[in-house]
Amino acid sequence: MTRTLIHVPANTRRGEVIEIRVTLAHAMETGYRPDSEGRLLPRDIVTQFSCSFEGQPVFSAQLYPAIAANPYLAFSWRVAGSGTLSFRWEGDNGFQHTETVVVQAT
Amino acid sequence: MNPPRSAIDRRSLLAAGALALLLRPAHALSPELQAAVRAWAGGTLPREARVLLDIAPLVENGNVVPIRISVDSPMTADSFVQEIVVFNERNPQRDVARFTLGPASGRAEVATRIRLATSQQLVALARLNDGSLWSHSVDVVVTLAACIEG
Repeated sequence: MTRTLIHVPANTRRGEVIEIRVTLAHAMETGYRPDSEGRLLPRDIVTQFSCSFEGQPVFSAQLYPAIAANPYLAFSWRVAGSGTLSFRWEGDNGFQHTETVVVQAT
Repeated sequence: MNPPRSAIDRRSLLAAGALALLLRPAHALSPELQAAVRAWAGGTLPREARVLLDIAPLVENGNVVPIRISVDSPMTADSFVQEIVVFNERNPQRDVARFTLGPASGRAEVATRIRLATSQQLVALARLNDGSLWSHSVDVVVTLAACIEG
């Protein structure tokens, strides 16, 4: 069960610039840490995040092992109107997760 | 009477030292970072302006280090930031993150949380739609390193 925390300000106006904050619960195992036996734990990180509004790209990020566990990202968006924001994470071992948030802009 | 030769030497040495301190660029990039920046920048030389890499100069916990990068840009269809990247000097890998932005962003500002293996230098770079590159580098001291060792 993948858990996410997405914060999109409520009561937005069209044309206003807002900050969107997202967090994904994920260990972001770097691939550089040994286990108790001294063997390296295999890398398991989220490598890609993207946000789009009604199919139009808003923001995307390529993530590396230097990103802390439970990757947090904050970025801006000029509210283009009412519609659906979709958030997508992809990573090692076929990891993928999508969330959507409906925006009501006045 | 001329002062003894050694006194002049000492004085000129002091002056040279002071001058060297003054002339030293605020953040000369380490060779590791220079290589990473060159690979990303291609032939263009980034200028140290317009980008702000906001990070605490003294980091207590290297496992979770908040950073915020903002770029001075109007973010209109004519003039916007296309890409922001962050490199580090002394983690196992130079890359930290690469962000893609555009006019839809409205503001050229991103924040995340990173890991730092040890005290080191970080650089944030921005690529604008006109092809120009801008940078800001920061030195941070890390007291508790991210657990690379396990």
